[in-house]
Amino acid sequence: MASYPTNLKYTKDHEWIDLFGEKGKVGITDYAQAQLGDVVYVELPEIGAKLKQGQSFGTIESVKAVSELYSPVSGEVVEVNAALKDKPETVNKDPHGSWMIVMKMTNAGEAEALLSAAQYGELIK
Amino acid sequence: MEQATAAPLKKTPLHARHRASGAKMVPFGGWDMPVEYSGIVAEHMAVRERAGLFDVSHMGEIEIAGKDALTAVQRISSNDASKLQSGQAQYSGLLTPQGTFVDDLLVYCLAPAHFLLVVNAGNIPKDYAWIAEHIKNVGDAVAVDASSRYALLAIQGPKALDVLQPLTGVDLAGMKYYWFAHGEVASVRATVSRTGYTGEDGFEIFVPPQSADRVWQAILESGKSADVIPCGLGARDTLRLEASMRLHGNDIDDQTTALEADLGWIVGWKKDDFIGASALREQKASGVKRKIAGFEMLDRGIARHGYDAYAGDTKCGLVTSGTQTPFLKKAIGMAYLPVEHTAIDTEFDVDIRGRRTRARVVPMPFYKRPK
Repeated sequence: MASYPTNLKYTKDHEWIDLFGEKGKVGITDYAQAQLGDVVYVELPEIGAKLKQGQSFGTIESVKAVSELYSPVSGEVVEVNAALKDKPETVNKDPHGSWMIVMKMTNAGEAEALLSAAQYGELIK
Repeated sequence: MEQATAAPLKKTPLHARHRASGAKMVPFGGWDMPVEYSGIVAEHMAVRERAGLFDVSHMGEIEIAGKDALTAVQRISSNDASKLQSGQAQYSGLLTPQGTFVDDLLVYCLAPAHFLLVVNAGNIPKDYAWIAEHIKNVGDAVAVDASSRYALLAIQGPKALDVLQPLTGVDLAGMKYYWFAHGEVASVRATVSRTGYTGEDGFEIFVPPQSADRVWQAILESGKSADVIPCGLGARDTLRLEASMRLHGNDIDDQTTALEADLGWIVGWKKDDFIGASALREQKASGVKRKIAGFEMLDRGIARHGYDAYAGDTKCGLVTSGTQTPFLKKAIGMAYLPVEHTAIDTEFDVDIRGRRTRARVVPMPFYKRPK
């Protein structure tokens, strides 16, 4: 069974965020990649895109389905992981290491209120 | 396509095996079916390069028997069943008077007055009612829904013959494509046909439900050294699409005629009247206005079932199937387009979630197995 790193925060939409200072790296959880199956495309926003919490920042597409990616926090996209364009399958192999965007947060309180690893583990039970 | 239903999902005789093996299960056509075991890509590649084993027991079996069974089959099935010898099967359509699809099916000639029709899982009650209604005045012929009497396994891939042969006395190498024989597989009474839905060589095996698990295990055991793996409906869908086989509910339905689906070859043009005959003859004479076409994406993206096709700013057609194919490693699909847009190399756009994405008509099948 997958383990969920305790240093990450999680959403009920199956994203994680790795907080460092006023920024956070965002990706999708092991549970999400397993539900999707073999990932073939990851479509990410432009740097500079401004997002509200819960707003779609892109799409992830597997052989069998397409699904939206939702930002765990409000803020601005300051980096995107361009490597996922050519190697989308890394999301399957290493979901908690495959960050998609870095968000510069405008409201730190939002991140604090996200799920802990234990709470997320309960959610997907 | 599957319909939303409150009824509990049906289970094949291998359901417990799938669950115990850790397959990911999904509802399909009213059944709780494995969508993938080890992953769609891995399973797809196994079938193209080695072999894969599928549980397709959800498929329906309808038998038609009686002195006038052939007349009955000729009435309801578009292809010409009089060409079949005992032991031979053909692909066909169950058509409406408009020449559109109630379902597609395989017609097996078990004996001169006994046929077995294999139909899609989600359509069994509808097909059975349709058939019974349309053969009631034919004379001595009766239709029976025999679906619960059969489990159906499919071993597909270049190694299928080598894996299955040690388990059966049926001469598999001597069996021609779309022929079948009765015998035993793993000491279980079975009917083995050289058919499939993957574009590979392979066999489909009809066995009594209570013996399905035994045969399943025996095939996997026999295929161990060749790295044969169990496969789910996900790979079945990508494999059939790569081989350009139509899926009822996606690519063909009661709005699309056999000619529009480019399936004129399953229409018995020379046989007597059958349901849909006059509409199809008329359409053949006047020419179809739209037709199914294979395409590949030029821009990044996957065009999926239900997406709109555009010629310039004009909506001109509909994507019926689309995926990223694991073997060809391209985004491909099928779409209904105006006939004038179906020539090879014609370009058009697909609206992928609000984004116009370029596609090009290519010949089908996308994949053809090496001889």
